[in-house]
Amino acid sequence: MTTLPGSAPSVRDGGGSAPILAVEDLFVEFRTRENVVNAVNGISYTVSSGETLAILGESGSGKSVSAQAIMGILDTPPAQVPNGEIWFEGRNLLTLPAEEQRKVRGPGISMIFQDALSSLNPVYSVGFQIGEMFRAHRGLSRKEAKKHAVELMDRVRIPAAAQRVNDYPHQFSGGMRQRVMIAMAIALDPKILIADEPTTALDVTVQAQVMDLLKDLQRETGMGLVLITHDLGVVNEVADNVAVMYAGRIVERGTVDDVFTRPAHPYTEGLMNSVPNVEVKGGRLQPITGQPPNLSKIPSGCPFHPRCARRRLGAEAAPGRDCAGDRPPLRLVVPGREAACHYSEEVLGV
Amino acid sequence: MGRYVARRLLLTIPVLLGASFLIFAMVYALPGDPIRALAGERPLSPAVMAQLRDDFNLNDPLGVQYLKYVGDLLQGDLGTDFRGRAVTETIARTLPVTVKLTAVAVGFEIVIGIVAGVLAGIRRNGYFDNLVLVSTTIIVSIPILVLAFVTQFVFGLKLGWFPIAGTQEGIYSYLLPGLVLASGSLAYVARLTRTSLAENLRADYVRTARAKGLPQRTIIVRHTLRNSLIPVVTFIGADIGALLGGAIVTESVFNLPGMGREVYNAVRQQEGAVVVGIVTLMVFFFIFFNLVVDVLYAVLDPRIRYD
Repeated sequence: MTTLPGSAPSVRDGGGSAPILAVEDLFVEFRTRENVVNAVNGISYTVSSGETLAILGESGSGKSVSAQAIMGILDTPPAQVPNGEIWFEGRNLLTLPAEEQRKVRGPGISMIFQDALSSLNPVYSVGFQIGEMFRAHRGLSRKEAKKHAVELMDRVRIPAAAQRVNDYPHQFSGGMRQRVMIAMAIALDPKILIADEPTTALDVTVQAQVMDLLKDLQRETGMGLVLITHDLGVVNEVADNVAVMYAGRIVERGTVDDVFTRPAHPYTEGLMNSVPNVEVKGGRLQPITGQPPNLSKIPSGCPFHPRCARRRLGAEAAPGRDCAGDRPPLRLVVPGREAACHYSEEVLGV
Repeated sequence: MGRYVARRLLLTIPVLLGASFLIFAMVYALPGDPIRALAGERPLSPAVMAQLRDDFNLNDPLGVQYLKYVGDLLQGDLGTDFRGRAVTETIARTLPVTVKLTAVAVGFEIVIGIVAGVLAGIRRNGYFDNLVLVSTTIIVSIPILVLAFVTQFVFGLKLGWFPIAGTQEGIYSYLLPGLVLASGSLAYVARLTRTSLAENLRADYVRTARAKGLPQRTIIVRHTLRNSLIPVVTFIGADIGALLGGAIVTESVFNLPGMGREVYNAVRQQEGAVVVGIVTLMVFFFIFFNLVVDVLYAVLDPRIRYD
C-alpha cells in the first residue's frame, strides 16, 4: 500500500524525529451471521509530533472505526482486524499482548469522544474519573490522584477546579464536560491524541473554545493530534494535513490548504461544493447525489463511481482505468498530494 | 433528603390506617362465628358466649370495632387473641423466625442471583448464559407451593441433606426454605443482572474506560457492575417486603413458627386481632423497605436528588 516515502521505517525503528504513529494497510471488518461489513479497507497514514491530521469523512466512512482499531478498543467480536500494522514507538500494537496494549492507552495514545455526557460514567465524580489515569498507570493513591485531577482541570480551564472536582458529570455544561474528557485524555502526556468528533455535540461558540484549547495543549506538549470530523470548517482552521475517507478507504490526502483549494478527487470536490460559501451569495448548494455505499456491498472499481459526475465507464475509459471495473489506488498525483482517482489530473486541472 | 424521608414516613400513616381497616373489614366479613368455632364440639352456655362477644367487642358495628382497635393500637396494645394471648407477644415470638428466613432468602438472592447474572452477562450467548436462561425459566414457571413440596421431598426426605421441617437445627433449618422462598426472585435477579450488565458493557463510558487503559477487572467491577447493580438493588430492596409476605406458604410447608404460618392459622381460626396485627406489620415492612430503596437509589446514582 501507499505510504509517504520513508516515513514508516523510522517509526518501526523507534527512532527518528518524524512520525510517531504509522498505520499501514489497516483493515477492519464486522462479521455478523448474515454478512461481512467492510468498515475499513486498507488505510495507511502517519502522524508526527506536533502535527494535526484531520480525518474527514461522512458517517460510515470508517473514520471512527479505524481510530478505535488504533486504540485497541473495538469490540471483538464482531469486529476483526484481518490485516494491518499500527506502529507506535517501535512496536506494532496489533501484535502486542493485550496487557502491553493496555499500557499504551493513556500514556502513549489517548482518545476523546463525541458525546462527553455518555462517555463519562454518571456515577463517579469527574475528579475520580480523571484521577483514575494516575491510579491505573502510575499507582498513585486516591488522594494524590485527586490533586493531579485538580491541576488538570485547571489546565483545561475549568473554572473553580478545586471546588468542582467532586461534582458529577451531569452537573457540568456540555463544553465543560468535553474539557473534563480532554483533561482525562492528556493526563499522562500522551504522544498522540485521537479526537473523535470532539465538537460535534457542542454549540458553535463552545466548539471554537474547545478547539482552541486542543490547539494550545498541542503547542505545549507537542503531541500529535488525529482529528476525526465531518466538519470542514474545523479542519480548515486547525489541521495541517487532511485525509479524506470514503467507504473505508482514504481517497485523498495532502495539506489542508491544497486539498481545500484544489481537490484532486471528485468526492472531495463534491464535499467542498456542498458547503455554503459566504463569499458566493445566492447560488444553490450542490449536494453529492446518491447515498454512501452499503459497506457489506461496496461497488466494484472505484467505490465512489455510482455517485461520481466524472466517472468514465466502458469505452469512454482509458485502458485499465474503467471506474466501474478497475479500483484506483491511492497514488501521488502532484508532489505532496495523493488521491485515489483514475482521473485526478483532470479534477485538478493539470 | 431529610425532608424527603420525613415526608415519606408521614405518608405511611394514612397507608397503614387504610390497609389495617381493609384487613379488619375482610376479617369481619368472614362467614361463621369465631366464638362458636373456638368452642369446637363442646357447646358453650349462651351467657359465656355473650360475655366473650362483649369482651372482644364483636357486637359493635364494624366502624366502632375498628375505632376501638385503633384506640388500643395508639397505646401500644394490639389486642389479644381468643385464648387471651397478647398479639404483641405473638409477634415477638414469630417475627425472629420470619426475619431469619427472609434474611437467608435475600442472601441467596444476592449471592447466587448476582454471581450467576454477572457470569452470564459477561459472556453473553455463551454456555453459562444459556444454562442460566434455561434454569431460571424453569424456576420461574414452577409455583412456589410445588417447589416447596418437591425440594422438601427430594433434599429433605430422600437425600437427607437438609432438615425436613421445624427450626431445631438452627440456621441450617432455614437453608432449604430460604432457597425455596428466594427461588423466584433469585431467578429474576440473575436475569436482571445479566441484562443490565450486558447493556452497560456497550455503554459509551465503558468504551472510555477501555480507552483510558484501565485493567479489565476495573472496567468490569468499577465501570460496569456498579452501574448495572442499580436496578438490581432496587428490585431486591422492594422484594424484601414481598418476601416477608411470601413466607406464608414456605413457613407452612416447612413448619417454621414464623409470622406467615401464624397468620395462615389465624385466618383459619378467624383470629381477627392476630390477622390485622401481623398483616399490618407486613404492610409496614413493605412500605419501609421501599423507602430504604428510594434512599439507596439516590446514594448509588448521584443524578437522583429528592430535594
